[in-house]
Amino acid sequence: MVSVLKRAIAIAFILIIGYWIASALSHVPFGADKMLVGNYYLQHVENQTGAINAVTAIVVNYRGFDTLGEVTVLFIASTGVAALLWERKRKRTARTEGTIVLTTGTRLLFPFILLFGSYIFIHGHLTPGGGFPGGATIATGFLLMYLAFTTYRIPHRGFEVSEGLAGMGYVIVGLIGLAVGGYFLFDWIWQTWKIGTVGNLVSGGFIPVIYTLIAIKVGTELSGIVDNMLREGSS
Amino acid sequence: MIHPYPSASGWVADFIIAVMIGVAIFAVEWRDLLGAVVGMAAVSLFASILFYFLQAPDVAMTEAAIGAALSGAVFIFALKRTVRYETEEEEKPGWWLRW
Repeated sequence: MVSVLKRAIAIAFILIIGYWIASALSHVPFGADKMLVGNYYLQHVENQTGAINAVTAIVVNYRGFDTLGEVTVLFIASTGVAALLWERKRKRTARTEGTIVLTTGTRLLFPFILLFGSYIFIHGHLTPGGGFPGGATIATGFLLMYLAFTTYRIPHRGFEVSEGLAGMGYVIVGLIGLAVGGYFLFDWIWQTWKIGTVGNLVSGGFIPVIYTLIAIKVGTELSGIVDNMLREGSS
Repeated sequence: MIHPYPSASGWVADFIIAVMIGVAIFAVEWRDLLGAVVGMAAVSLFASILFYFLQAPDVAMTEAAIGAALSGAVFIFALKRTVRYETEEEEKPGWWLRW
């Protein structure tokens, strides 16, 4: 009896909330109208940031502080995985070797996956992409290596060092902006030095720099999560 | 009004959405957790196709890499450390009544 009442109340709540959301969304035409701040970004993005790709300009330049928080969240998540699964002596315990199709295909594809990931983050200010997709693509390359070879391991010492250095580099770029322009994550490369022309590879201010750092950080962190999940304790 | 899927004919997107809903229900319902993980990865893969139709190739790349590949792999590694099949408990009601 109680559960029936609870169920009826829950269904009523779902219907009310659904009606609210539907009535709110019915007035928004899909993809037709841009908000004021969106128009502002699209008109001023090339002049203010030097980037063609408005998405990465907003993510790194206008909303750079949020992206720093996002990178911090990912760092805390990967640290949590490492802390939960930490044991002193761990090694990989894969039982079956990968088939010849998998190993040969991985040997062929691995450098190209790394190349494609690097392309995505290096050209983040010109073409769709950026540090997060590039780093994730690089991490899938390392995942493929783990699946194909039973004894493969990432060089985790170097990965940890480069992860920490990349995270520090992001903050240092922001602090240089604080020293040069007066606020944290000020785009000193584009606003003060005016390096590069819009549309070339060398442009976009600190967007390529920061996205390279983010890609190194995301790639090493996600590979580290895979490494932590695949090693098991000896006991 | 602009059509929601500018670069794809409408029925392809509708078909993909229908497949996504079906696979999502399977992912919740299957007792074989390995199959459920594959269903979850398939939802992400079809979602990445939809993102590509919506002219967001960067989101599509991220969804394919993280949603389909990495999170599926992490779930499979977790299954390797635990058990593969859901335990057969008392008879639960189906997904349309479960809380």
